[in-house]
Amino acid sequence: MDNLFWIFISALLINNFVLAYFLGLCPFLGVSGKLDTAFRLGLATTFVLLITALCAWFLNTYVLIYAPYLDLISFIVVIASTVQFIEMLIKKFSPTLFRALGIFLPLITTNCAILFLAISATNRGYGLAEGLVFALGAGIGFTLAMVLLAGLREEAELSDVPALIKGTAMNLIIAGILSMAFMGFAGLFSST
Amino acid sequence: MDKTQNQAYEEFIKGIWRENPVFVQVLGMCPMLAVTNSAINAFAMGGATFFVLVGSSFLVASFKNLIRKQVRISSFIIIIATFVTVADYTLEALVPTVHKELGAFIPLIVANCMILGRQEAFASKNTISMAVMDAIGMAAGFMLALLTLGSVREILGNGSLFGVDLFGPDFEPWIIMILPPGGFLTLGLILLVFNWFTVKKAQFIDKVAAAERSSS
Amino acid sequence: MTAESETVGSAGPQMPEIVPESPTIRLVVTLALAGLISGIAIMGIYEVTLPTITANKARVLREGVFKVLPGANRLQKLIYVDGDLAPTADTRKDEQPIYAGYDMDGSFVGYAIPGAGPGFQDTIGLLYGFKPNTRQVIGMEVLESKETPGLGDKIYKDAEFVANFRQLSIEPEIVTVKKGKKSAANEVDAITGATISSKAIVRIINETNDIWLSRLPEPGAEPPLLEVQTEAAESAKTVD
Repeated sequence: MDNLFWIFISALLINNFVLAYFLGLCPFLGVSGKLDTAFRLGLATTFVLLITALCAWFLNTYVLIYAPYLDLISFIVVIASTVQFIEMLIKKFSPTLFRALGIFLPLITTNCAILFLAISATNRGYGLAEGLVFALGAGIGFTLAMVLLAGLREEAELSDVPALIKGTAMNLIIAGILSMAFMGFAGLFSST
Repeated sequence: MDKTQNQAYEEFIKGIWRENPVFVQVLGMCPMLAVTNSAINAFAMGGATFFVLVGSSFLVASFKNLIRKQVRISSFIIIIATFVTVADYTLEALVPTVHKELGAFIPLIVANCMILGRQEAFASKNTISMAVMDAIGMAAGFMLALLTLGSVREILGNGSLFGVDLFGPDFEPWIIMILPPGGFLTLGLILLVFNWFTVKKAQFIDKVAAAERSSS
Repeated sequence: MTAESETVGSAGPQMPEIVPESPTIRLVVTLALAGLISGIAIMGIYEVTLPTITANKARVLREGVFKVLPGANRLQKLIYVDGDLAPTADTRKDEQPIYAGYDMDGSFVGYAIPGAGPGFQDTIGLLYGFKPNTRQVIGMEVLESKETPGLGDKIYKDAEFVANFRQLSIEPEIVTVKKGKKSAANEVDAITGATISSKAIVRIINETNDIWLSRLPEPGAEPPLLEVQTEAAESAKTVD
């Protein structure tokens, strides 16, 4: 039980996918302009992460023990087709949600956080429950980082910032400060 | 003949500066920041990316007439993933310590949008030699960016470069530089310098143009 | 792939226009062919590099085991099945093996036990040597950690701290004390500025002991070195 809790907290805060592992930076920097889109993309990503954890576990248990060298290629194919499948499903059953998510859904395929999750769950030998908890922590952590950056950026929009620093440079520096703040979570678990 | 040579040079050089994948296009950030806490890791990552990008561009350009439009993205990804797997196993066999440090970030080269972007935007539409020149240029630009970031972070954060101690025992390293925040901050500051150069250059060109106008 | 990608305009001026509606079967054939070629390429490189990678991993493991078990230069892998600790040659992923170290004459030196648990930053993985007859830890090596450089990484860089684990009693359990306060045989001097990382190491060893100590046979009844198992040791000799 302890172990599951550690996996969750570690992925959520201490080793936040965005702020400590630099994963999913493309959407992090690209789609964090507005608070509510950032939040929705975070949720969609969490959903895909959970599905990926399930698929990775399935592949690892039933397929890859016979051909371990095919892990990368099969993860990619599975992630791409899962995203496509979810896209079709949502389009069919909830066109409103589909419109709300817009192009973010296909974009998730190229989010390296997804592939990283599958690979590191494999490397660390996680079982099904551990994998799902890992995915949940990572997804919520990703959403948290997105929302935080989006909130700060909305504030920065209204401030008088020199034109030179505006854009990616400033976002990266904000992210650096956020990442520094998240370093404070280290030791959260082991100090007891 | 001269013209194609010029063009090849042009395709090569644009990736290093004018269209630098990291500093200008801001692509491939995730390996960029994660592995640049030392120059040697940055170098290994740059090398692996170089191999994957040049290899994939060569294959995509060679088979561009065979790859159907509808399945091109899937085909590109399969080609890229193959090269990445080859690079992954080769690194693990040759330099196990570096491979361990880079960990899961070598397989993540597959998800580097820069590589897929070059296949879609360039290699699938150009001749083999042009595609390879473009890939070499882009990969060299990526390597340059990785090495810049890796060297700055290692020098400041560890007082060494490529593992060689630079300042002796009196140097108090800025540990934050080799931790994750240092990656964000260093890249942010480098982009700032890059922006500044671009703005200065634009101003200079404007000035020259204005001077020419007034003299004529 | 989808309707979306089909609507993207022609791929470029130099690309000859292919018949726009390729039959599905041809698409499948193209992809299958690409997949097949890539599969063969991957399998090829896997087969070529596998011996080197396996040898590297075995060497790292051997070096680790011999480091935490001073005097040992042969090892065999043990797994715990059905209440019994038995030598094994398989490498099943779900089994947690420990390693028994033997000296030149094949007599038993100690167990090398891997353990892992949360550290300050990320999971710390380590290997420690345990001598059952004196109930002592006789060596400790951190295998993986992401502890803060300059502070937490002293758990393996600080020779003084590592030396704590050369002759450390585990009775009743290992305790961390402030640096310089070590007075009993079961105490470890923490690293100044990295107390949490130091405590994490001790906790991991204690927790691993809880799992393994009851599984170990009586001192003196250790599994003997099987000669079949010594090929790793043989190659070690030629390397050294």
